[in-house]
Amino acid sequence: MSAQLGRRALLQGALVLAFSLGVEEAATQGKGGAKGNKGGKEGEGGKGGKAGGKGGLPGDLARNPQLDAWLRIGADGKVTLQVGKVELGQGALTALGQICADELDVDLARLTIVSGDTRVCPNEGTTTGSQSMSEGGTAVRHAAAEVRALLLSMASAQLKVPAERLTVNDGTVAERGARAGRVGGAGGAGGAGGAGTGAVTYWSLVGGKALNREAQGGVALKAVEARRYIGKAVPRRDLPAKITGEEIFVQDLRPASFVHGRVVRAPSYGATLVEADEAGVARMPGVLKVVRDGDFLGVIAGKEWQAVKAAVALRHSARWRETAALPVDPYAWLVAQPAEEVVIQEVARGGGEAPVRTVEATYRRPYQMHASIGPSCAVAAWDGAALTVHTHSQSVFATAQAIARMLGLAADKVRAVHMNGSGCYGHNGADDAAADAALLARALPGRAVRVQWSREDEHAQEPYGSAMVMKARAGVDANGDVLDWSYDLWSTTHNTRPGGHPGNLLPGRSLAKPFAQPAPRASRPPNFSADRNAIPLYAFPGQKVTTHFVSAMPLRVSAHRSLGAYANVFALESFVDELAHAAKVDPVAFRLRQMRDARATAVIEAAAERFGWGKAREGREAGHGRGIGFARYKNVGSYCAVCLEVVVDPGSLAVKVTRAVVAVEAGEVVNPDGLANQIEGGVIQALSWSLKEAVKHDGARIVSRDWSSYPILTFSEVPPVEVAILDKPGQPFLGAGEAAQGPTAAALANAVFEACGLRARELPLTPARLGALRQEAGPVK
Amino acid sequence: MAFTLNVNGKPQVVEAEEDTPLLYVLRDELGLNGAKYGCGVGQCGACTVLSDGVPLRSCFVPAASLTARKITTLEGLRGADGKLHALQQAFLAEQAGQCGYCIPGMIMAAAALLGVKARPSEAEIRAALDANLCRCGSHNRIVRAIQRAAQEMGT
Ligand code: FES
Ligand code: FES
Repeated sequence: MSAQLGRRALLQGALVLAFSLGVEEAATQGKGGAKGNKGGKEGEGGKGGKAGGKGGLPGDLARNPQLDAWLRIGADGKVTLQVGKVELGQGALTALGQICADELDVDLARLTIVSGDTRVCPNEGTTTGSQSMSEGGTAVRHAAAEVRALLLSMASAQLKVPAERLTVNDGTVAERGARAGRVGGAGGAGGAGGAGTGAVTYWSLVGGKALNREAQGGVALKAVEARRYIGKAVPRRDLPAKITGEEIFVQDLRPASFVHGRVVRAPSYGATLVEADEAGVARMPGVLKVVRDGDFLGVIAGKEWQAVKAAVALRHSARWRETAALPVDPYAWLVAQPAEEVVIQEVARGGGEAPVRTVEATYRRPYQMHASIGPSCAVAAWDGAALTVHTHSQSVFATAQAIARMLGLAADKVRAVHMNGSGCYGHNGADDAAADAALLARALPGRAVRVQWSREDEHAQEPYGSAMVMKARAGVDANGDVLDWSYDLWSTTHNTRPGGHPGNLLPGRSLAKPFAQPAPRASRPPNFSADRNAIPLYAFPGQKVTTHFVSAMPLRVSAHRSLGAYANVFALESFVDELAHAAKVDPVAFRLRQMRDARATAVIEAAAERFGWGKAREGREAGHGRGIGFARYKNVGSYCAVCLEVVVDPGSLAVKVTRAVVAVEAGEVVNPDGLANQIEGGVIQALSWSLKEAVKHDGARIVSRDWSSYPILTFSEVPPVEVAILDKPGQPFLGAGEAAQGPTAAALANAVFEACGLRARELPLTPARLGALRQEAGPVK
Repeated sequence: MAFTLNVNGKPQVVEAEEDTPLLYVLRDELGLNGAKYGCGVGQCGACTVLSDGVPLRSCFVPAASLTARKITTLEGLRGADGKLHALQQAFLAEQAGQCGYCIPGMIMAAAALLGVKARPSEAEIRAALDANLCRCGSHNRIVRAIQRAAQEMGT
């Protein structure tokens, strides 16, 4: 009892100390770019931005304050970190492990990470929006620091040494300077005896029990110089298994007695199934069951190839009533639709000079797809009472809930467990495949059913990134600088993620008793959605930004890497470039002179310098051009500037990107190589989107159904990508998985303009598009 | 039908319908995860294995037609002692990959290339892998990894 009391007293002492440190750190963080930093906090929390301090626990800790939800310390010395965020190939778990190991003071090798299991992991919502570090990382950091503080106070009571005099080495606590610490504690034998100079391990202190404690907030974090892992290029935890073929992808999961399911999809949106030869297919070799529920049609077979063949036969036998009428010109369609108009930014200039000129331009972004290399897959098993589904969903919690509602089950009867999938870059077929597997598994109790989509279905059925129209208008002064900026955008929704609604699951909408898809809603700050990055970061005196949110969605749409930011930054940064050229000012100088955010300026300058922007234009050959694009992702996330060099073939107008240089500032960097990898990949993917990609349809059916009808960038077309990271130790983590998308698109269009004088305002920049522009313009140069 | 395949140096008797593509036999009958399903029609390279040292897209070639071939999968690159192949080591050293789904196919295509050309130029590597698709944008790291492996294998 007295030990208990002692522990509490000591702990309170530690917390008082910690809290004051916390305040001090918050004050330090407030320095430098006050505006930017405040934004960072908002972005992090997304809910008022109170980091630190009681009652406002940071990151995802706020909704999961139980420390046991995050960390388990086994009596055997194993430490398990449990997180709701999941690995998407972005290196999230590696970075979270680094944070945890540093703040808890254990070796990385000691750490096991359990991720995305709805039964055991804290509910951190979806793994989206570059928030794995800002939300998840911040939570892990504070949770681990709190557990460390708790364990230190326990060790202090046991060793009878004040907590301030204790140090920790891989979970072994000893008095500072007492070199024997490691030896004494390593055995895990308790080490509690001794005369205060001994050592004790975390695992003996905890004794395999739960910590049973809620996070208090405001605990001291590891000093920058004391960190072993944060800021280092620690290798990815998941890569060894991936390069050796171990069972790490959900596609590789083969539980005992599993069987194979395939689903036959409608040929066009909203088609209803008239008939199919269910009886005939049921007699095919290996077929265990044909499942039909309304327009949902699937088959289960013993072997995968049998399932594939049965699904093909089923599809050939199916007759559908088709009704889809897809807009032939999505841009004309968008602006003609009834729309919810939301003014998201309005700053009146309040007098002053009148603009000498007003310029206007309209930009367009087509429907584009995620196009994962591995089609969506899930494995589900139904035991008659509960369902378990292994999935590569980004939203295990909400998807499990949606599946439970689809099946009419209590929420706790569906457990979703995340496993790696092919990179998704947003909401692809992952959740639908999980729902497919759930429906088929329920029809065959006791067997695990594995469903993998076909390539054709992955292309044709996934929700796309919405087409968008962006209209920019600027009144400029005699120098060409912007006085009044106005910007309008038209878009359908960028979010139809499951969110607990079976109507957001493709099969949920096809059942005999269908679930209606919830009406999409316009988004809100600070994350925004269609209007992400629609507000300029430049210090334009007058600003008006209006979102025209179209709730109809003739093509299936949802979250696609960076949401509207890709199109908005393309438009905004193309338009700024047009203004610079009109003002006869260097595009970099033009940007800098209208930027008041010091962190933004530093990033633009760093990119330009690394790229060698300053070199005279005359030095370059004909057909060569350079372009820059910049954005602070979401206006509260990472800063990213991209410089590209292109060569445009004067005859064919084919664009070749010859090199890319990127500068990025993502606050404090957890893993520089992980960050560089994300940025490199982001640039290459955005180049693919911007050079080649647009979803095609014939007015009724999607015709982009494979890699030849929807080609992506290949090795011979990929330029070298150089990434310069501006690290800010001590600043909040900003996360950067999506930061490069928009700037890359703009840099490309700007470089193409410099190379050949053609201003492409519609993506992608295909030779055909440039050819049409050349024809419009007549002979150039 | 039952037939025998030579996979990673071992004869394997498998039971599958005669038109079953090699990919499904490798994955489901032999439990080898290296080859992945990506498109099923030879367009992406995720399913690449070696057939007598030549890259083969296992997703659409019937396994039963390959009984006279020596098939090598990602798993077969490792030494008997479990040591990673130089390519696997190089992919780790370069941290080449994000989601990693395309990587086994990349490694197999690279192994085939290095089998015929010990020191390929960067352009040759890009040309050889041009029909192996990666959506994550890991291309440059993959090229660097192959260059590193070539160097290490040559010394
Ligand atoms: S899966 Fe074989 S080439 Fe795509
Ligand atoms: S690493 Fe993800 S597809 Fe290549």
